[in-house]
Amino acid sequence: MEEKLKKTGQREGKRASALVNNLFLPILAVFTGLLAGAVIIAITNAAALTAWGHFFQSPLKALSATWAAVASAYGALFLGAIGNPKEIVAAFQNYFATGQTASLYKAIYPLTESLDTATPYILAGLAVALGFRCGLFNIGAEGQFYVGAMSSVFIGYSITTLPWFIHLPLALLGGALAGAIWGAIPGFLKARFGAHEVVNTIMMNYIAELLTSWLLEGPMKASGYRPVTPTIQVTAELPRFFPAPLRLNWGFFLGLAAAALVYWFLFKTTLGFEVRAVGSNPDAAKYAGMSVVRNFVMVMALSGALAGLAGAAEVLGTDLWIGQGFSAGYGFDSIALALLGNSHPVGVVLAALLFGALRFGATSMQSLAGIPIDIISVIQSLIIIFVAAPEIIRWLYRLRNIRIEQAVLTRGWG
Amino acid sequence: MTTQSLAEKMNTSSTRKITVGFSLLMLAVLMFILFVQNTKPGETATFGTNLSGPNQPVPIPDIALPVQPTLYALIGITLVLAVWVFLRGTRGSGWLISIAVFCFVVAFLLWATQDNSFNLVGMLSTTLISATPIVLAALCGVMSERAAVINIAIEGIMLIAAQTAVVSATLMHNLYVGLIVAILTGAVVAAIHAFLVIRFKVDQIVSGTAINIFATGATAFIAKFYLQKDINLLNNSGTLPTIIIPGLSKIPILGPVFFDNTLIFYIAIVLVVIVHVLLFYTPWGLRTRAVGEHPKAADTLGINVYLMRYVNVILGGMIAGVGGAYFTIGSVGRFDQDMTNGKGFIGLAAMIFGNWSPIGAYLASLLFGFADSLQLKMQILSIPIPSEFLAMAPYIVTIIVLTGVIGRAVPPAADGKPYEKQ
Repeated sequence: MEEKLKKTGQREGKRASALVNNLFLPILAVFTGLLAGAVIIAITNAAALTAWGHFFQSPLKALSATWAAVASAYGALFLGAIGNPKEIVAAFQNYFATGQTASLYKAIYPLTESLDTATPYILAGLAVALGFRCGLFNIGAEGQFYVGAMSSVFIGYSITTLPWFIHLPLALLGGALAGAIWGAIPGFLKARFGAHEVVNTIMMNYIAELLTSWLLEGPMKASGYRPVTPTIQVTAELPRFFPAPLRLNWGFFLGLAAAALVYWFLFKTTLGFEVRAVGSNPDAAKYAGMSVVRNFVMVMALSGALAGLAGAAEVLGTDLWIGQGFSAGYGFDSIALALLGNSHPVGVVLAALLFGALRFGATSMQSLAGIPIDIISVIQSLIIIFVAAPEIIRWLYRLRNIRIEQAVLTRGWG
Repeated sequence: MTTQSLAEKMNTSSTRKITVGFSLLMLAVLMFILFVQNTKPGETATFGTNLSGPNQPVPIPDIALPVQPTLYALIGITLVLAVWVFLRGTRGSGWLISIAVFCFVVAFLLWATQDNSFNLVGMLSTTLISATPIVLAALCGVMSERAAVINIAIEGIMLIAAQTAVVSATLMHNLYVGLIVAILTGAVVAAIHAFLVIRFKVDQIVSGTAINIFATGATAFIAKFYLQKDINLLNNSGTLPTIIIPGLSKIPILGPVFFDNTLIFYIAIVLVVIVHVLLFYTPWGLRTRAVGEHPKAADTLGINVYLMRYVNVILGGMIAGVGGAYFTIGSVGRFDQDMTNGKGFIGLAAMIFGNWSPIGAYLASLLFGFADSLQLKMQILSIPIPSEFLAMAPYIVTIIVLTGVIGRAVPPAADGKPYEKQ
């Protein structure tokens, strides 16, 4: 009895330390990525550079100039992503006292837009994470996002007579289905012919992009000069919570629901167990009587459906129409998300919230502090490397006892 | 494993015979429906064989072909090939399929040209030029994957090298400095990839993806932050001169296509030969391939597995650096955001298509280059196929090639697997 208690105690302890490890590494990785971003901001800042040139005359001045450069950039990033906390509190107090909504909406605008930006990231990140769990590297989220968005926008604007409770689900389903088909093709080719999904999904991305560009120039072009689709019907819109310009909509909760569903599927169902078994050791899974082929096709289809849904949520909730180059690289960002979130639905949601805030906040950083928005991609790539190579983090911070379990992600071209 | 045994099953002779033979038959039928039905009897297509420009080869008359008789002849050849496959099996089917595809392409050109004229030499020349960055990317892939390091960072390496090349060339007012800087840049970025995957055992595709994202972000950042502000100081280098080889450039058709090009074109061809010799005729190449196929055995025999991998990946990166230089100082003389436009990934596909051999990769790159130039020319001929669909062709071809129907591509056995010394 006592022994049993001791064992459970140990297990609890193990679980707690695993939790710490699972959170510790990503947080350190993000922190280090942002730190590297700060270094880039500092060395590209003219005032800070000249101050460093006179470092030996006035070292304090150099440090303060650097601090000023970094603080103004990251300050703009924070204000752009979250908003001014004081203003938000004041607006809420004002709202409860007088019922005035105008100032409240203004104050929560950055936060709601960040959540809205995070929506496609949640869904696309889940898509890549699901693939990783089965040992598949779905670089094709970008293409699946495109076809998903295109087909739901088509359903959204072309059907005019349906009530919303049929039209909206139909449009979402259309997006998911198109993405699923786009994902299932490389999945099938991998399962049937052993063709590597990385190259095939990249090829499918280009095909999707070209198909989109043709559709925008031709069959799906709205009247007028610009290559854009018509705006979708009101009945296909994902309802928004606040009046314009706030765009936060039900898509966000769709993303959270999808995360819960993926969690349930992966960890609470037999099928999900098979997926994880195939992912960790396809040979063993095969000898245990699981169909590797079926799992590959199913997971790629589900992964594609999630990425397609990301596109659907983006156009049905936020954009309402599609123009050229409307995907801001969601496909590649979602790889970073899935890695950062350790391919776990909860981790993916947290990582997506972070990236949504970074991406949306970066637009303010660009306009207020003059730092090009592309710095976010640089920070992202560094975060990926730090997450994928925990040894670097361990070496940087002189950590010895942190053990991180690394999942095998991909297996060559075979 | 599972997937491989399935593919082998698929390749068993009788099924394969039927698949290949039937595909050839379908191709013949397709040629009839698409092309013969849509042309009129009595039309003559003219293919130009001369190119305007400073280098004038010995002039020869243009090729004029009667459209429908030629189409019937091409369909006939394809049918003969189909019958051959049904009777004699699929030995050498790679060649048979190549001939059939060639017939199909010629038929397509006849249909597209119809009663018009169309410059053949111009298209061949564009084909070779478009193939240049692709083959350089593919050679980079061959170098590192023969040593079992998957490198999907080629796209990123080329993008960064393209930028450093043009900036250094503009700053130093010397294009050759730009070329050398591009090569060094390629070496450095590839070394980072090698370091991450060999020293830290980062998943090779993850590392490559991270480098690609980094390259997109960093080059865009620098372009917006610096290059746009002072174009003439930083981003206006001019281009490497065209080298016309005396004598040889006077040969009709071949002259303007092969012997009237920029420096990087010649470098690419020389590199194909060098990499081929290096890999297959030198002790170094033997060691590289041993490391790629069976690192443990190589290690037992005293080959330094890690060193071979580092050096091969870095050499590959240098080749990709040349490929990057092609985009800026080799063709337009300035850097634009995301200007490599997926050529690195196409190079990767060309490497697989070419079965991880330099010469195979070059032939595959030519195919992709041809699709590229075809798309450009077809816009001029105003045929009723949207250019986007022609642009899709190479990607679809890659996917078909990867299924192994035409002949299975076999990667080095240890490709993508980190090596752990015991």
